[in-house]
Amino acid sequence: MAAAAAPGGGGSDGFQTAAHRRLRILSGHLRSASETYLSASQCRGRTVATPEGSQSGTFPKRRQEILKWNGWGYNDSKFIFNKKGQGEFTGKRYRIGGLIFPLLKDWVEKNLGGSLEHKTTPKASLNISDVPPSIASEEFLQDLQNAKISYTQEAESRLFRAHGHCLHEIFLLREGMFKRVPDVVVWPECHDDVVKIVEIACKHNICIIPYGGGTSVTSALECPADEKRTIVSLDTSQMNRIHWIDEKNLTAHVDAGIVGQDLERQLGESGYCTGHEPDSIEFSTLGGWVATRASGMKKNIYGNIEDLVVHIKMVTPRGVIQKSCQGPRMSTGPDIHHFILGSEGILGVITEVTIKIRPVPEYQKYGSVVFPNFEKGVACLREVAKQRCAPASIRLMDNAQFQFGYALKPQVASIFTSLLDGLKKFYITKFKGFDPNVLCVATLVFEGSREKVLQHEKQVYDIAAKFGGLAAGEDNGQRGYMLTFIIAYLRDFGMDYYLIGESFETSVPWDRTVDLCKNVKERIARECKEKGVQFPPFATCRVTQMYDSGACVYFYLGFNYRGISDPVRVYEEIETAAREEILANGGSLSHHHGVGKLRKQWLKECVSDVGFGMLKSIKQFVDPNNIFGSGNLL
Amino acid sequence: MGHGMHMGAIRFFAFTLSKIFKSLFKSVCVNEDGMQKLQQAIQEHPVVLLPSHRSYMDFLLLSYVSYTYDLALPVIAAGIDFLGMKIVGELLRKSGAFFMRRTFGGNKLYWAVFAEYVKSILKNGYAPVEFYLEGTRSRTAKTLSPKFGLLNIVMDPFFKREVFDIYLVPVSISYERVLEEFLYAYELLGVPKPKESTSGLLKARKILNEDFGSIHVYFGQPVSLRTLEAGRMNRYPFNLVPRHVPQKPSEEIQKFVSDVAYKMELLQIENMVLNPWMLISAILLQNLPAIDFELLVEKTLWLKNLTQIFGGFLDWPDNLCASKAVRSALALHSNIASLVNGQVILNNKEMGFVTTEEPIFRRALFILLCGSYRNQLLNIFVRPALVAIALQITHSSRKEEVYNHFSFWRDIFSEEFIFFPGISLKDFEEGCFLLTKCGAIQDTPQQIFVTEKGSTVIAFLNAMFKPFVEGYQIICRYLSNETNEAFTEKHFVFGVRSLASQLLETGSTHCYEVLSSDMQKNALAALVRLGMVARMKTTDGFTYRVNKESLNKTAGMFESRIPVRKAVAARL
Repeated sequence: MAAAAAPGGGGSDGFQTAAHRRLRILSGHLRSASETYLSASQCRGRTVATPEGSQSGTFPKRRQEILKWNGWGYNDSKFIFNKKGQGEFTGKRYRIGGLIFPLLKDWVEKNLGGSLEHKTTPKASLNISDVPPSIASEEFLQDLQNAKISYTQEAESRLFRAHGHCLHEIFLLREGMFKRVPDVVVWPECHDDVVKIVEIACKHNICIIPYGGGTSVTSALECPADEKRTIVSLDTSQMNRIHWIDEKNLTAHVDAGIVGQDLERQLGESGYCTGHEPDSIEFSTLGGWVATRASGMKKNIYGNIEDLVVHIKMVTPRGVIQKSCQGPRMSTGPDIHHFILGSEGILGVITEVTIKIRPVPEYQKYGSVVFPNFEKGVACLREVAKQRCAPASIRLMDNAQFQFGYALKPQVASIFTSLLDGLKKFYITKFKGFDPNVLCVATLVFEGSREKVLQHEKQVYDIAAKFGGLAAGEDNGQRGYMLTFIIAYLRDFGMDYYLIGESFETSVPWDRTVDLCKNVKERIARECKEKGVQFPPFATCRVTQMYDSGACVYFYLGFNYRGISDPVRVYEEIETAAREEILANGGSLSHHHGVGKLRKQWLKECVSDVGFGMLKSIKQFVDPNNIFGSGNLL
Repeated sequence: MGHGMHMGAIRFFAFTLSKIFKSLFKSVCVNEDGMQKLQQAIQEHPVVLLPSHRSYMDFLLLSYVSYTYDLALPVIAAGIDFLGMKIVGELLRKSGAFFMRRTFGGNKLYWAVFAEYVKSILKNGYAPVEFYLEGTRSRTAKTLSPKFGLLNIVMDPFFKREVFDIYLVPVSISYERVLEEFLYAYELLGVPKPKESTSGLLKARKILNEDFGSIHVYFGQPVSLRTLEAGRMNRYPFNLVPRHVPQKPSEEIQKFVSDVAYKMELLQIENMVLNPWMLISAILLQNLPAIDFELLVEKTLWLKNLTQIFGGFLDWPDNLCASKAVRSALALHSNIASLVNGQVILNNKEMGFVTTEEPIFRRALFILLCGSYRNQLLNIFVRPALVAIALQITHSSRKEEVYNHFSFWRDIFSEEFIFFPGISLKDFEEGCFLLTKCGAIQDTPQQIFVTEKGSTVIAFLNAMFKPFVEGYQIICRYLSNETNEAFTEKHFVFGVRSLASQLLETGSTHCYEVLSSDMQKNALAALVRLGMVARMKTTDGFTYRVNKESLNKTAGMFESRIPVRKAVAARL
């Protein structure tokens, strides 16, 4: 696929598809264990580029072919109410594909006042003429072509990259249109391409917004409405190779555009993993993780992204920034990696990253613990943190989230299992006296060698027992983690029935955790009432990450907006109030989502005027003409 | 410190209290809607009850009312002096009172433990916390300036978000006749307060035979602290220090706490039930030594009308004609005033108690006694009255000039009456509005005119506040003439008292109220605040020194006052 002219990512024709097929077969023959080791460290020749799709699951340039244009995830995967009015998940990509969720409907009706009769109708398909036209000078496009950079001005592709997954963005896609979308989408295939693109952009004074997986929930990808220059969306999806794996030092050098699931799968073929598993791992990219200071579910073993990166290469308008060696720790003044980590695309494009890898663990086990109440659960987590014996992941869901998880219990096949479930429920509520409307559940993942896992498991369960916790089986644990992958699909589903929702997070010292959770939920309830939300909101939280001195708390907020004329504004006001409450309770502005444009208003007070000035002066030096003009953070 | 609530003790108390109350009082009236709102509030968030403090009965009464309405009994922060009482102290403790020292001095540990105790009661939320904003019983029945210490403590868990919200409930308790009326008057005149003791309580049982009228307990609308705070404070100061570490409140917080305290006291005042006797005392004090009964009734009716226009919450026996209402009020207070040959006179002899020597003292005693009932009207009248005073002094209709004088007096009297800090102009406007409402003045953007019929109101208001104006003048005179060196408060009180006695003996003033130690102390505090007197800390308390220059400057403002023309005041 030669440098593609608009429209379409590589005007594919019969000849090309045939060529692709042949190449795939060839590469199949060539594939050996060392394939990734051998891949050239320079830019691949364009003519022999791995055809799209062949590298097992990389998203094509035209992402809309397999991903929803107006919602989360794959086109074929979604929740529906089937003819019997039962919840069902379509598609075969997920383990829950094709399963029936008989309790879901009741839960929605009971907790959110949703009903099957009240349905919204989003736009069925995109009306191309609604998309703001592309503004780009001929000279600029000519320069792109000369540099052999693949690009497009096709409306669907531009719109696809005009947003992340904030509620207001998805809502606009369903019922409106953005004021401003990127004018051109470019697909660099390697670091050098990016260097060229940034040079051209500087020459023509063009605004670049880097685009990785598009899973931002901070309005970071939204184009500033008042941006008059040409906006280029720099899609890193074609920069997706693993350059090398270093088994001696356990590192891998990877293009920043690689998607999480591909990275893990490809490393897995060599018996390694990074262990970095954010909830968006299916779609988000390595570069995106670095740019937002991402956190993975299993950070207790592997660390957060800042612990994982060894070396970063970033292209800025001033040139390329990187360190000269791969020493594991340095005292060389403030760590320049920390200017890059969390820079949210305002300084440059992260192109290549050297990341730590670990052998794939031999054994993995899920687990869950029921606590009589949330306070006990938090106290237990605190003790686990104190003893530094946290499993790979441990998450404590509050009662509402537990009930929500329960509503997503698939229909069971045999009478025996349902009988067993009934017995379990009886034991916990009647025999142990847990109040089903107060109890909460922690879900656990253990990893390591089989022996160690079992030993570790016992240690954690012993601690839990001190706080009144009862082990509640692997199934519950596994279902808890499944929830995080399908929650975004559920949101889309809810929007069909006047239900809107969103998630947000914070980090907070241990001693304030319980109060923060309680106060934020109470504040949400109060704000909803004041703002005229007619049904009680679904406000729930989980302690989702733990540290020596505090925890990360993750909130879901959803409500039924029937009877409200401007639901998005109401939602945003409520989220703003919730954030104010979080800050007043000693919580941070964000634990891992980032600031973007959504939380800009608070950044200055959160880092002090001087701190803010430091960030500004870095931006000023690196990018004086605001080429990376997404307007995030500052 | 510490309470040990015990249902047995409470039941015992409830039983005896209901007996005692029945023999002392005619009725206890509680506003039902306020009670319901309180019940609701207790379900939602921790509640702090902030009652007015006029009598020892206050907290017994509130616990009794809570018990009767099946509410969680409040936990009470009371002065430590009760602890001295045998058995009763213990009983009080068991019915939910806990005690604190009156002053903490520099005892940080005591403060920390005490604060932690109050906070944990609040956070656990099983019972409302109750304390007095005024800090102590008001001897004059005027609302005292608020104390902030306890309020600071109870607001702290909210600032630190250990609780989502706190409801503050102002409670106004008004007595038709205060149990300690004579004690207070004696105390104000310098006869020391008897120590609380069980034997004293037993001795006091003879008052059981007397009639103390009825009591009104008004529970105000619960005020959400969160709503008060909304957007007012920088929210981060508490994020950087562990929450259990006590922090000195920032200026911002101190200001907020003070504002809340004043707001709560103003709400107390607004909800305070007034009764006919208060009107009668106000009139009586302006018509000494005697007033014709018919005239008294007429004037009382007039004042009733004025009080209602000014927003007073008057409990007027509606089934009785005016003259009967006045008669019954006089009967209830027959120890203060009596009806002799169609004339109402102020008594000058007390039944029982101490026999006193000087006639001046005796006279002052009854005037202060009577004054303590009039005083309950003052906080409602103070804004229009200060406008009236300013109008009288300036003899000008220029609004700006009137406002300047208003502001001056408001400032001087900030210890004496409750003003919300810093809103002088708003208070002025309110005063003008109320005077316009009762037809006393005409208010134009630039000028204020007294209407024809308004002069009566203006004169009445002037006379009503005359004791304060004159009292402060005498105190100022004392300071500018008599002292050159540093003096102590004791010395000052003694000096003012003897000067005042001289003046009263010679008849050059009729301002008996200047003998009240309350007024003397308030005046001193005001002068210190305004920089006319310097206060210095020494090893054993404070000493004061007059700043002659600035005192003389201000004295000009005082002296510019034209004496009230009696002729105007006499006729309606």
